Amino acid sequence: MEHSSRYIVVFALLVCGVCSIFVAVSAVSLKPRQERNKAIDIQSKVLSLAGLLEDGMSADAISETFTSRIEPRIIDFETGAYAEGIDAIAFDQRAAAADPDTSKSAPPNDAQVRRVPDNAVVYHVMGEGGELEGLILPIHGKGLWSTLYGFIALGTDANSIRGITFYEHGETPGLGGEVDNPRWKSLWEGRKAFDERGQVAIRVKKGAAGPPEEDPYQVDGLSGATITARGVTATLAFWLGDDGFGSYLDQFRAERGI
Amino acid sequence: MAAKNREVLLDPLFNNNPIALQVLGICSALAVTTKMSTAFVMSLAVIFVIVASNVSVSLIRNFIPSSIRIIVQLTIIASLVIITDQVLKAFVYDISKQLSVFVGLIITNCIVMGRAEAFAMQNGPKLSFIDGVGNGLGYAMILMVVAFLRELFGSGKVFGLTVLQPVTEGGWYVPNGLMVLAPSAFLLIGCFIWAIRVFKTDQVEEEFHVGALPEPSHEGHIR
Repeated sequence: MEHSSRYIVVFALLVCGVCSIFVAVSAVSLKPRQERNKAIDIQSKVLSLAGLLEDGMSADAISETFTSRIEPRIIDFETGAYAEGIDAIAFDQRAAAADPDTSKSAPPNDAQVRRVPDNAVVYHVMGEGGELEGLILPIHGKGLWSTLYGFIALGTDANSIRGITFYEHGETPGLGGEVDNPRWKSLWEGRKAFDERGQVAIRVKKGAAGPPEEDPYQVDGLSGATITARGVTATLAFWLGDDGFGSYLDQFRAERGI
Repeated sequence: MAAKNREVLLDPLFNNNPIALQVLGICSALAVTTKMSTAFVMSLAVIFVIVASNVSVSLIRNFIPSSIRIIVQLTIIASLVIITDQVLKAFVYDISKQLSVFVGLIITNCIVMGRAEAFAMQNGPKLSFIDGVGNGLGYAMILMVVAFLRELFGSGKVFGLTVLQPVTEGGWYVPNGLMVLAPSAFLLIGCFIWAIRVFKTDQVEEEFHVGALPEPSHEGHIR
């Protein structure tokens, strides 16, 4: 069947028009749901680190517990002081770190973090009575295939580790992907992030580490995932160090008289 | 007519399986089969896209100018894939996170476009619908079998439930590391093709001999 050029152009435009309507409608109408899913996902990770997440919690319960027990605080990343005037709930640190206006390039580092945001978010875990129970800091760094995004939870001494979790990564399932393994994550509890001189000392070693009391600065390696493990070590060294949350942690300690 | 429907539906399962015989759609079959849950959602997504693209292409098949038919099919398929991706992100966020780019890559899945071009362009919407379901199921079947074996032997689980307690969680089973890597899917699909061809000997291709080309007998014969 031969068609005139005009027919072909009109037909092509028509197909494009109809398709774009479908795509636009689905993208726009589902957007709020997707944003909520994303927020709930991150909130549930923060809650699980704070030990507040129960199995089978509904999305509403998660966001309710998050609001009542977690206090997100915005800080000035460089000085470590609390920053005013930024909505902590709506603040998107990843977007801020990607925008040249609200970030600057990071010094060279093994975690291959390219940019650090001007403002960052830290989460204070509050007890039932409103007292501070712990601190949760967002971290990210390069593993083998992908950048791992996660959180580390510290105790009120800003040194003892209460847990670690990664909410987004593309490491090999079963090897590097074992950073998600609850058993491995539980090995972090009770270890120390900083040594006596205040340097970041925590690292993932090759092979098995001792119990936290004897071997406070090392965590078992993941077999078959040397590079991912190295990435986790570098990520913590960067974010807990002076180029990362170091100045905030200093301030936090000074405030609490540690 | 009923017999024809049956044939269109069941043929792609064993006789003309898109993965096992036509060897299409291998890329995603390797990538999303480490777990049954991801393979299952991926299967549903592909079935939806094949069926919807088959039906829409078939509905407008008499109006599509043949000079731009491929790009028209591609536009329809791409739109369907974007919609599928959006729906997955909105309703099964966790799994869509694990499927990551592979939902988007359904666009490049040769099965979808192959069916649109080879079947839907020549047949009515009803038959195209059945053909879409059949080919989607053919793809899904292989995906689920591969995912079952990979998840069971790779991490000791079936649909996320622990069946073989792995040593890393205090059990006895040493997980087979090969199974969680992409090459194992190749091996499994290979075994699957082998098994099918033992029963369906007509699928066995003629043996291929390297260097057994006939001597050029006349001018212009390109070796």
